[in-house]
Amino acid sequence: MNPSRRKFVKTALAGGLAAALPLSALKMLSPAEAHASIGNDKVRWAFVVDTEKCVGCGLCVKACKLENEVPYDAPVTRTWVERYVITRDGKSHIDTPKGGRDGFTSPKIRDEVIPADEITQAFFVPKLCNQCSNPACVQVCPVGATFQTDDGVVLVDRSWCIGCGYCIMACPYGVRFFHPVYKTAEKCTFCYHRISKGLKTACVQACPFGARQIGNLKDPSDPVTKIIMTQRVAVLKSEYGTKPQVYYIGFDERVR
Amino acid sequence: MKNHAWRPFLVAGGAVALLLTVRANVVPSDFGVNGRNFTYGFYRKGAIAYWKAVKVKYRGREYCQDCHEDKEKAIMASPHKIIQCENCHGPAIDHPDNPPKLTIDRSRGLCLRCHALLPYPGTNRASIPGIDPDEHNPRQACVDCHNPHHPNLEDMK
Ligand code: HEC
Ligand code: HEC
Ligand code: HEC
Ligand code: HEC
Repeated sequence: MNPSRRKFVKTALAGGLAAALPLSALKMLSPAEAHASIGNDKVRWAFVVDTEKCVGCGLCVKACKLENEVPYDAPVTRTWVERYVITRDGKSHIDTPKGGRDGFTSPKIRDEVIPADEITQAFFVPKLCNQCSNPACVQVCPVGATFQTDDGVVLVDRSWCIGCGYCIMACPYGVRFFHPVYKTAEKCTFCYHRISKGLKTACVQACPFGARQIGNLKDPSDPVTKIIMTQRVAVLKSEYGTKPQVYYIGFDERVR
Repeated sequence: MKNHAWRPFLVAGGAVALLLTVRANVVPSDFGVNGRNFTYGFYRKGAIAYWKAVKVKYRGREYCQDCHEDKEKAIMASPHKIIQCENCHGPAIDHPDNPPKLTIDRSRGLCLRCHALLPYPGTNRASIPGIDPDEHNPRQACVDCHNPHHPNLEDMK
C-alpha cells in the first residue's frame, strides 16, 4: 500500500470530521421556527398605569399576592405602590409600607410627620414588572430558565431555575425576588393564566379607579393601544434600553 | 497501532459520550430556541403551559350576583359600585364549594385604605370623603354605623 495515500485518506477523514463538527452546532430553522422567532403577530401585551387615578388603596397588591400565591406576610411582592410626597424644600419623601398591601392609612412617612402646608405635590405610583422588549434579566440567565414568550411576557421556569439570583441583580427595576417557598426567581407574569383566558390581570380587576389597564398592542382598537399611541406616556429608566412595556400616564421625573 | 498516547484520548472520548448521553436524557425534548432568538427565547416550552395552568382565584363581581343578588343590587346603587366584592371578601376561588364561606372583614383598616384623610389635594384620593381615624368614632367598627354595600349617608340608619 502506498503510505502517502493512506496518509491522505487519514488526513481527509480527520479534516472532514473537524469541519463537520461546528456545522452540527448550527441548526437550520424550519419555516415555522423562523416565524416563531419573529414573534406572535396577533398579541403583544402592554400595560398602562395612570398615576393620576391611583389613590393608594393597595387593593391591587392584596389581589396580586392572593391570586399568585405570593406568601402574604413575607416582605416580597410582585407589584407594589409607592407614595411620593414633595415638600417646599424640594425634598421627596418616598415610602411603600409592606409594598402598599394595606394601603396608605396615615399621613406619616417613615414615622415623620409632614405638615400639610409644606406639601407641594403628592402622588402614588404603582409598580410592576415592565415586561421589557429587551429584558436584561433574561440575557443574564445562565441556564435558560427565564425567557420571553411570543406575546411579550417574561416568565420564569420554576423547574429549571437554579436560584442563582443573577436575574434579580440584573433587573434595573428591582421587580424580581426570591420566592420563599419555591426557592426560585419570582416575578410578575402579567397574570399569564388570566390574560391567556381572556380575563384581566388580578390587579387590573381589583383596581376600583381604573389606574391599571392591560391590553394588546397589536390590536389598534384596544383602549390601551389608543392611550399609548395618542397620549403623553413615559416608561421607567428608558436610558437603559430595555424598552419597557408598562407605560405611565402622569409621569414625574422624580420617579425612578 | 499501540501507543500510550491514545489512552487519554479514549478516556476523553468516553467522557464526551457520557456527557452527551446524560444531556440527551436530562434536558427535556422541548428545550431549545423556542422564541425570538437564543438570547430571549432559549427555554423549555412546557414552562408556558405551567403558567397557563395556575388557578384563577379572583372571579369578579359577575360571579357573585346570582347568589348574592341583594348585595349586588345594593352596591350597584351606591358610590361603592366601583369596588369589587372580592376586594373586601377575598378571592372566591371555588366558593361556595371551596371555601364554603368567604371572609368577612369588619376591620377599620379595610375602609381606611380609601377613607383615611391624607392632605394630598392634587390626587384622586382627595375626591373620596376622608375622615381622621383618630377623631371619627375611634375604636368602633365602621360597619356598625355604615353599610359597606350601601354607604350612602342619606340612607343611614
Ligand atoms: C353558587 C352560589 C354562590 C356564589 C356564586 C357566591 N356565593 Fe357567597 N355564599 C353562598 C352560600 C351558599 C353561602 C353560605 C351562606 C351561609 O352559610 O350562611 C355563601 C356565603 C358567603 C359569605 C359569608 C356570609 C356569612 O354570613 O358568613 C360571603 C362574604 C360571600 N358568600 C361572598 C360571596 C362573594 C363575594 C361572591 C362572588 C365572588 C360569592 N359569595 C359567590 C353562595 C354563593
Ligand atoms: C367595601 C367593602 C365591601 C364590598 C365591596 C363588599 N362587601 Fe360584603 N361585606 C363587607 C363587610 C365589612 C361585611 C360585614 C358587614 C357586617 O358585619 O355588618 C360584609 C358582609 C357581606 C355578607 C354577609 C353578611 C350579610 O350582611 O349578609 C355577604 C354575603 C356579602 N358581604 C357579600 C358581598 C357581595 C356579593 C359583594 C359584591 C357585590 C360585597 N359583599 C361587596 C364589605 C364589603
Ligand atoms: C358611631 C357610628 C360611626 C362609626 C363607627 C363610623 N362612622 Fe362614619 N359617619 C357617621 C356619621 C353619623 C356620619 C355622617 C355625619 C358626619 O359627617 O360626621 C359619618 C360620615 C362618614 C363619612 C362621610 C364624611 C363626609 O365628609 O362626607 C365617611 C367617609 C365615613 N363616615 C367613614 C367612616 C369610616 C371609614 C369609619 C371607620 C373607620 C367610620 N366612618 C366609622 C357615623 C359613624
Ligand atoms: C376602594 C376604596 C374604598 C374602600 C375600601 C371603601 N370605600 Fe367608601 N367610598 C369610596 C368611594 C370612591 C366613595 C364615593 C366617593 C364619591 O364619589 O363621593 C365612597 C363613599 C363612602 C361613604 C360616603 C357615602 C356618601 O353618601 O357620601 C361612606 C360613608 C363610605 N364610603 C364608607 C365606607 C366604609 C364603611 C368602608 C369599609 C367597609 C368603605 N367605605 C370602604 C371608596 C372606598
